[in-house]
Amino acid sequence: MSSKVIQAMYNDDDILMDAVKEVRAANHHIAEVYTPFPVHGLDKAMGLKGTRIAITAFLYGCVGFSFAIWMMNYMMIEQWPQDIGGKPSFSFVLNMPAFVPIMFELSVFFAAHLMVITFYMRSRLWPFKEAENPDPRTTDDMFVMEVYVDGNEDELVSFLEQTGTVEIKVTEKHN
Amino acid sequence: MYTFSSKLKQFSFALMIIGFLGVAYGFFSTPNSVEDVKVMLAESHDAHGETATIENEAHATETTDAHENVAHSDDTHAEHAYHYLKNKPWSALYVALFFFFMISLATLAFYAIQHAAQAGWSVVLFRVMEAITAYLPVGGVLLFVFFVLSSLHLNHLFIWMDPEVVAHDELIQNKSGYLNIPFFLARAAIYIGGWIWYRQHARKLTLAQDNAAAGDISNYTKLFKRSAAFLVFFLVTESMMSWDWIMSLDPHWFSTLFGWYVFASMIVSAVTTIALVSIYLKGKGYLEFVNNSHLHDLAKFMFGFSIFWTYLWFSQFMLIWYANIPEEVTYFATRFGDYKLPFLGMVVLNFVFPLLVLMNSDFKRVNWFIIFTGIIILIGHYIDIFVMIMPATVGDQWFIGISEIGSVLLILGLFIYVVFTALSKAPLLAKGNPFIKESEHFHY
Repeated sequence: MSSKVIQAMYNDDDILMDAVKEVRAANHHIAEVYTPFPVHGLDKAMGLKGTRIAITAFLYGCVGFSFAIWMMNYMMIEQWPQDIGGKPSFSFVLNMPAFVPIMFELSVFFAAHLMVITFYMRSRLWPFKEAENPDPRTTDDMFVMEVYVDGNEDELVSFLEQTGTVEIKVTEKHN
Repeated sequence: MYTFSSKLKQFSFALMIIGFLGVAYGFFSTPNSVEDVKVMLAESHDAHGETATIENEAHATETTDAHENVAHSDDTHAEHAYHYLKNKPWSALYVALFFFFMISLATLAFYAIQHAAQAGWSVVLFRVMEAITAYLPVGGVLLFVFFVLSSLHLNHLFIWMDPEVVAHDELIQNKSGYLNIPFFLARAAIYIGGWIWYRQHARKLTLAQDNAAAGDISNYTKLFKRSAAFLVFFLVTESMMSWDWIMSLDPHWFSTLFGWYVFASMIVSAVTTIALVSIYLKGKGYLEFVNNSHLHDLAKFMFGFSIFWTYLWFSQFMLIWYANIPEEVTYFATRFGDYKLPFLGMVVLNFVFPLLVLMNSDFKRVNWFIIFTGIIILIGHYIDIFVMIMPATVGDQWFIGISEIGSVLLILGLFIYVVFTALSKAPLLAKGNPFIKESEHFHY
C-alpha cells in the first residue's frame, strides 16, 4: 500500500519543532520526521507514545539474573564442586556471595544486549537494510517532515510553506 | 521568604524535650556497679533456671562442679555487660549525633558538586541545601564536645583512648602514632573547621551574588573555584573522618574502602533529606519554581546512590568473607552473630526496597511515594550507622529502646529547628545564579 505524502524540509531544529506543533494543531497527520540528530522534546511534540523498552529491560534483567543463578548452581555446586579457598561448594546458599558478581554481570549483559536487539527488531533495522530516509541530506544538515495528504493537496502545501520550510516535495510513501 | 511556622517550631521543641527526657532516662538507668548487673542477669536467667535445677537434681555431684564454672564465667560476663551498658546511652547519642551531622555534611558535598560541575538543574534547590547545611556548625560543635568528653574518659567508646587497654595491646601500640588523643582531637578540629569554613563562605557568596549588579558573576566564579577546592579537601577529610570516628571503634580492624562506604550512606541520606524538605515546603505552598522534574532527578539520585551503597557494602563484605582472615572476619562475625536482624534488615531497607519501589520512572514523580521511600531509606541508614558503631561499643547488649529513640528525637528536633530557621533567613530562590533560568525551565 502506498499513500501520498508531502515532504517539507527545514534547516533548523527550532523551526522544525514549531512547524510540528503547528501541523498537529491544524489536525494534519504527520507520517514521520527525519533528523540528523536527536531533537529534544520532538517525541512529545509529535505525540508519540512513551517507549516501553524500560519494561523489556527489566524483564531481560530478570532473565539474566535467573540464568546466572541456574548456571552457577549447575557449574559450581552440581556438576563440579570444588574447594576454593577453604569454602567447599556443597551448598548454593552458603556460596552465594561468591556468585553475586556473576549474577549482577549477567543481569546487565542480558538486559543490555537483548534491549539492543529488541530495539533493532522493533525499528526494523538489520544488516544490509536500505536506508529509509527520503533525502540523504537528513544525515547532514536537513530536517524532513512527512505529512499525509488527506483532502486538498494545494491547501496543505501552502499551509506548510508558511511554517518556515525551505523545500517542499510531493511523493508516494510505501509502507 | 519562608516563615518558620509556630506549629513546626513547637513540634521541634516537643521533639527536643521528649528526646532530652529519653536521653536523661537512658543515662540514669545505667547500672551503677558490676553487682547491679549480676542481679539483673540473675533475674533474667531465673525463668529458665528453674527447669534446669529440676533436671540437674538427678546429677547432684555433676551440678556442684558445673555451678563453680558458671559462677566464674558469670563474673567476667557481668563485668563485660556492665561496661557495655555504661556505654549504651553514650553510643545511642553518638549514633544520632553522627547521623544528622552526616546528612548535613553530605548535603554540603552535594551542593559543592553542583557548583563545581556548574549544574543548571539544581539551582532552584540551592537554598534548601544551604539550610540543611546550616546544621553543620551546630552538629560539628556537638560532635567535637562529644569527642572531648570521650577523651576525658567519661565514656569508653574509643577503647584506644584508654591507656590501660593500650598497655596490653601491641596492635594498638603500633598505631598509637596516629590513634592518640591530642592528634585525634586536632584532626577532628581541622575537618570540622574546614567544612564549616566552606559552608559559611559559600552561603555568604551566594547571598552576595543575589544582590550583585546584573552581569556581575564574580561571586559565582569565586564560589565555583572554592567549591572545586573544597571537594578535594572533603574527599580526603571525609575518608579520614570515617577512620577516626567510626573505624577506630574497632581499632584492630580496618577496611580500605570504609571511607567510601560511609560516604555512600551519607550521600543517599542527604539527597533523601533534600527531597523530603523540598516536598514539605512545596506542600506548604513555597518553592513554586520547583517542578516534578527536579524531584524526579532527586529521586533518581536516591535510587542510584542506594545501589551505590549496596555495591560498596557488598564489596567490603565479599572480600572479607572470601579471604577469611581472622582479624578481618571478626567484624562480620559479631554482626552476623549478635546483630543479625538489623544487619541484614538494613540491606533489605536500603537496597531491595528502593530498588523495587524507585525503579519505575513514573513513581519517581509521585510525592507521597518519595516521602514514603525516603523515610524508609533514612531509617535504613540510621540502622546502618547503628550497626557500624554499636557492635564495638555495646556488643551483645544492644537494644533500640528509650535512649536510642530519645537521642534520635532530641537531635531531630534540633535539626528541624536549625534547618527551618536557616530557611527563613534568606529568599528561597537563589536568583543571582547565572543558571537560574535554565533551572526554572528544567523539564524532562
